[in-house]
Amino acid sequence: MSETAKAQTLLEVNNIEVIYNHVILVLKGVSLKVPKGGITALLGGNGAGKSTTLKSISNLLRSERGEVTKGTIQYRGEDISTLSPAALVRRGVIQVMEGRHCFEHLTVEENLMTGAYTRGDGRGAVDTDLQMVYDYFPRLKERRKSQAGYTSGGEQQMIAIGRALMSKPETILLDEPSMGLAPQLVEEIFAIVKNLNEKEGATFLLAEQNTNVALRFAHYGYILESGRVVMDGPAADLRENPDVKEFYLGMSDEGRKSFRDVRSYRRRKRWLA
Amino acid sequence: MPDQLLFAIEVTLNGLMAGVLYSLVALGFVLIFKASGVFNYAQGVMALFAAMTLVGIQKGQVPFSHLINSILGTDLHYFGWHIPALIAIVLTAGVMVLFAWIVERFVLKHLVNQPDIILFMATIGLTYFMEGFGDLMWGPDLKKLDVGLAQGGSLWIEEHTAFLGGDGFYGFFIDKLDIAATVVAALLVTALIMFSQYTKQGRAMRAVADDHQAALSVGISLRFIWVLVWSVAGFVALVAGIMWGAKSGVQFSLSLIALKALPVLMLGGFTSIPGAIVGGLIIGVGEKLFEFSVGPLIGGATENWFAYVLALLFLVFRPQGLFGEKIIERV
Ligand SMILES: Nc1ncnc2c1ncn2[C@@H]1O[C@H](COP(=O)(O)OP(=O)(O)OP(=O)(O)O)[C@@H](O)[C@H]1O
Ligand SMILES: [Mg+2]
Repeated sequence: MSETAKAQTLLEVNNIEVIYNHVILVLKGVSLKVPKGGITALLGGNGAGKSTTLKSISNLLRSERGEVTKGTIQYRGEDISTLSPAALVRRGVIQVMEGRHCFEHLTVEENLMTGAYTRGDGRGAVDTDLQMVYDYFPRLKERRKSQAGYTSGGEQQMIAIGRALMSKPETILLDEPSMGLAPQLVEEIFAIVKNLNEKEGATFLLAEQNTNVALRFAHYGYILESGRVVMDGPAADLRENPDVKEFYLGMSDEGRKSFRDVRSYRRRKRWLA
Repeated sequence: MPDQLLFAIEVTLNGLMAGVLYSLVALGFVLIFKASGVFNYAQGVMALFAAMTLVGIQKGQVPFSHLINSILGTDLHYFGWHIPALIAIVLTAGVMVLFAWIVERFVLKHLVNQPDIILFMATIGLTYFMEGFGDLMWGPDLKKLDVGLAQGGSLWIEEHTAFLGGDGFYGFFIDKLDIAATVVAALLVTALIMFSQYTKQGRAMRAVADDHQAALSVGISLRFIWVLVWSVAGFVALVAGIMWGAKSGVQFSLSLIALKALPVLMLGGFTSIPGAIVGGLIIGVGEKLFEFSVGPLIGGATENWFAYVLALLFLVFRPQGLFGEKIIERV
């Protein structure tokens, strides 16, 4: 989108390399920019490194024995690579992890309240935001007293997003919100993301395998393959790109082909080009 | 009522009171296990250390006096003051918080993400270290702990229950100390439940117990929660140490109550607070009743092994324990 192109860059990832367990090299130089007020999508198949990229930013990587060994990550110009996840949450950067990760034995409302853990702006402000979350997710309000472990997958995704909202974030790193959800629910969740983006001004960096949906809602996209960014551009352009159409949207001019048939050929072409 | 039945009731009551102490120690285990997945072998020695520290502070003992005296050639033993029980308890609680902080800073922090067995081994090391350290700090002699709790059988209860039985029955014999221990334990458990249900830090503690990655992602500091949990467990150990110490003196065997807590945990489940409480009571009552009824037939001394046999039976038939965490499964 043209208006976001000139927006201030909030988050800048510069050529990072990530190694797990001191030996497994997973990201091999990933760079990306997240503009304020935009929805930026990070696309790619299984194991491409999307989650790893998000965790490098939120610094949840360290607790999984991963390490950023090269490159820099800056938020509002500040190097954030040594900050704890808690310090980042206080600066307005929060991650919603893949697979929801609700606190199963806490009630829905208690789950949401844990999101406000780092806040020091008083009960009133927190309550206002809780109401705001309930307005966006009326279903959670109905189920506020239920144990989160007994809610449905869609509700758990809403809890996870709502919980992040309770921290009053500026930027939300949203990992695979569509995972395991029925198509209609995916639409619902993305519509809410779009709403939060437009009405609350929340900035999103969104990791998705579901390229189709992600490119419809995002403004800009990066495509990751085996730990490298292989393509990036405005979402509208990516949607029209023949490679993207073929590999990630499952359509092509010559009709549907198996992924495996064309993959190596096309990829070689791209690398040689 | 037949006297035999009355005796059985008395034994049950006494068993309940003994069980309260088992419950307290088991509670300390559960708290730490839930929040950090660590099976804290040192829980028993923490109770011993807390009790020793309490006595030392109360009597104004100079810590490390043996060491200081032998190095400097001095003859220090006491500061020469006497600190009231309540203040000494508060100070000891402070020492337990400091202890929690030291454990986090020097042990746990370096072992994050290591397999559970390594953390378990670390707590075994911690146990032996603390045993020695406690002796070095306060001296290895048997100490008398007196925080002003009433002792001896309650005459009031005896007098008011004597009418229940015949001439051979003089009323229930119940130690006042046991009553105090039960009341204190009940208050402690209530306070713990209130804390974990209704405060922000308590909620964070439960969140960490559920999913520590997610807790990290919302900005909860695991390290802070660990210090918090170890402090709470240290405080629970202090209370258990006071009760046990007041009953049978502060000595090495106090740390062995940890061994009694093990069958309680098998019974109640390692992650269940109500399980720890009920499990402790069942073991307390069970071992007293068993000794009372079956003991005479097989030569007595059943209290040493009864708890373990009961726990083993439980392991076979209900490995998750009586209240083992409900494994949430959606339908
Ligand atoms: N904790 C870990 N230790 C070792 N390797 C890991 C770890 N986490 C991820 N990996 C590896 O890193 C690579 C990238 O994983 P990542 O989770 O970032 O992929 P992804 O793009 O999010 O995939 P998906 O769409 O399946 O979630 C994979 O090959 C994975 O096996
Ligand atoms: Mg992923």
